[in-house]
Amino acid sequence: MSDTTMRDYQSDPLVHTPAPDLPPPATSVGIIGWMRNNLFSSPMNSLLTVLGVVALYYIIPPIVNWAIVDATISGTTREGCDAAGGACWTFIKVRFWLFIYGFYPEGEWWRINITMLLFFGPLLYCLIETTPGKKWVVLFLCIPYWPIGGALLLGGFWGMPFVDTTQWSGFSLTLIIAVTGISFSLPLGILLALGRRSDLPVLRMICIGFIEFIRAVPLISILFMSTVILPLFMPEGVTFDKLMRALIGVTLFSAAYMAETVRGGLQAIPNGQYEAADAMGLTYWQSMRLIVLPQALKIVIPALVSSFIGLFKDTTLVLIIGLVDLVSMIQSSGADIAWAGYAPHGYVFAALLFFVFCFAMSRYSMYLEDKLHTGHKR
Amino acid sequence: MTDRAETSSEAGGLSSWLYDKKKRQILFQIITIAIFLSLVAYFVNNTLNNLEKRNIATGFTFLSHPAGFGVPFSLIEYSEASSYGRAFVVSVLNTLFISFCGIILATVLGFIVGIARLSSNYIIAKIATIYLETMRNIPLLLQILFWHSILLITLPAVRQAMSIGDVVFLTNRGLYVPWPVPEPGFMAIPIALVIGLVAAFVVARWARIRRDATGQQFPTIWAGLGLIFGLPLLAAIATGFPWTWDIPELKGFNFRGGGELIPEFASLLFALTVYTAAFIGEIVRAGIQAVSHGQTEAAGALGLRQGPTMRLVIIPQAMRVIIPPLTSQYLNLTKNSSLATAVGYPEVVHLFTGTVLNQTGQSLECIAMMMAVYFTISLSISAVMNWYNRRVALVER
Repeated sequence: MSDTTMRDYQSDPLVHTPAPDLPPPATSVGIIGWMRNNLFSSPMNSLLTVLGVVALYYIIPPIVNWAIVDATISGTTREGCDAAGGACWTFIKVRFWLFIYGFYPEGEWWRINITMLLFFGPLLYCLIETTPGKKWVVLFLCIPYWPIGGALLLGGFWGMPFVDTTQWSGFSLTLIIAVTGISFSLPLGILLALGRRSDLPVLRMICIGFIEFIRAVPLISILFMSTVILPLFMPEGVTFDKLMRALIGVTLFSAAYMAETVRGGLQAIPNGQYEAADAMGLTYWQSMRLIVLPQALKIVIPALVSSFIGLFKDTTLVLIIGLVDLVSMIQSSGADIAWAGYAPHGYVFAALLFFVFCFAMSRYSMYLEDKLHTGHKR
Repeated sequence: MTDRAETSSEAGGLSSWLYDKKKRQILFQIITIAIFLSLVAYFVNNTLNNLEKRNIATGFTFLSHPAGFGVPFSLIEYSEASSYGRAFVVSVLNTLFISFCGIILATVLGFIVGIARLSSNYIIAKIATIYLETMRNIPLLLQILFWHSILLITLPAVRQAMSIGDVVFLTNRGLYVPWPVPEPGFMAIPIALVIGLVAAFVVARWARIRRDATGQQFPTIWAGLGLIFGLPLLAAIATGFPWTWDIPELKGFNFRGGGELIPEFASLLFALTVYTAAFIGEIVRAGIQAVSHGQTEAAGALGLRQGPTMRLVIIPQAMRVIIPPLTSQYLNLTKNSSLATAVGYPEVVHLFTGTVLNQTGQSLECIAMMMAVYFTISLSISAVMNWYNRRVALVER
């Protein structure tokens, strides 16, 4: 390692000054570069791009024409729509409030609004990260909300006229079923999941039997069962309201699915956590409430949100047992002679409405997934 | 724990039942059984009382009574004189038929969409994403009703039927095509088909064993398709096309004869396929992404092109992740086929728990039979998929 050349690096440093960088070739930067990388990177890719553009050409302009250019929104009758041939937003405009509030008396709509506000207000409050006192808000949603909301919707006191559940309809009914189903099936699902993992064989068998039975059959059959079989099970004279039967069916059905989701979370908790809780001398319920469930539920929040989305979409099935939800309302409006043949336009409107709700929920679950993901992600 | 348990059990009496964990568990389970059984007894008692009051005789004898209603779509011979039992078979076959078609189509479309979503091509990936997000977030029932109403509105009435060469007719009652009526010697074709299927299976197995041993590729898919379609074709030519065509004709208010495809089936199948394919697409995407990137790079280092990399390296490994959720999608599709009730495709729920139950009032029996059908289908699909899953699962050494 002897340096023989004795060069004075101090005064004559061996520094190579490179020429300035050439600009990247025009074909690899900017819009052209992006297109080369993403659209025309290989012959196959170029072909796909061309096919994709052709497909878009055949799909998008007709949709735009139908939904905007040829659409009609003025007037209150179908004549304008019949002439224009595009989307008939007039139909939606005329029937909008019917679709939303259904047959609920017009002067009493504020009761639905307040009931929904009482639920979604506190819910949004809880979804914001930094707000204090979430525990009490959740407690309100869990217990006192239900009698208050139910009483408000039913009425019959303090000068509020009684509104029978047969008049609850339209999108508000969809929301009522979804909110009730989600709120009741989650706790029931957690209990079922705990039961399925219990040490007690009898309890475990009952829970497994229930969960697997419900999961093997379609929701419609559960709804049919609750309309046809439930009255048979009850002593004579005891009848359930039709809405109540649907709610029981939807809740039991989605509870079984929630139970499986929660069980996934419970299984993901290492045994050490259960053992540590036992070592601390916690009782079963204490260890579940303080140690296991908070961790397990955190893991499965995204999966639970997709169950919620599923339940929200499944609420449409109640039309089959004769409840008048949004879709059913559109169906009967489209069968009405004044708007015969315009049901598909209503379905598009309903699809948009459902899309907005479900998409928002799925985005929120993705956000949560990112936020709660504490491991290493590639 | 044990110390305390022992002391308390020594103390005996009531307190031992409360403080000894084992005994407490037994006590609790006895109470659970008691509550459960008394609930069941209560329901059974109520049911028996109710049935007696309504004068409904329980039992399955009604299955042999003539049904007296027509069915718009049936895979087997069925008329109004047929029994309820036959109507049940028709409805089960219809459920199986739509589920089978739906599963095949949804799997194909789902894999295409899932792979397209991962494409490096911006436009293709975006189209796939938009498709997925739209279909997943719109209720299936809404989609079924939408396509059904679109079909009913756009298709012409029977009198103005669209036709191709006066043999194929399209109306809002359905699509009518000429249907082969077998003549003597026709059996050769199904036999050839079975032989072709078996041969394709054998060839595929041989090709796999040879590939594992020598690394040599064999065009399994083309050879298989050739065997499955070629052999029946050869049989048909050899026997001199042993069938005549039954051509649909306009008689009275509708077309008679020929093969019939009703719009209810088409809209249901279409909606089921595009809806389930969106979910399968997501599953496929997740499965492919779960395969470590090193595998792609290793395949590249071995000199495999993109297609073989996907087919031989990525997909087989992704399958391990894909199969379990794919199974539940198949089950979902089968269960969702019951939404046919909304449009009137005669499957189990619509025909049996709908029409038959209303006519006979045998609610318990009808519901029980429907449940049994879905149980059987669910268990069979699970069993098949679990078997396949065991085959593709990672064998840890």
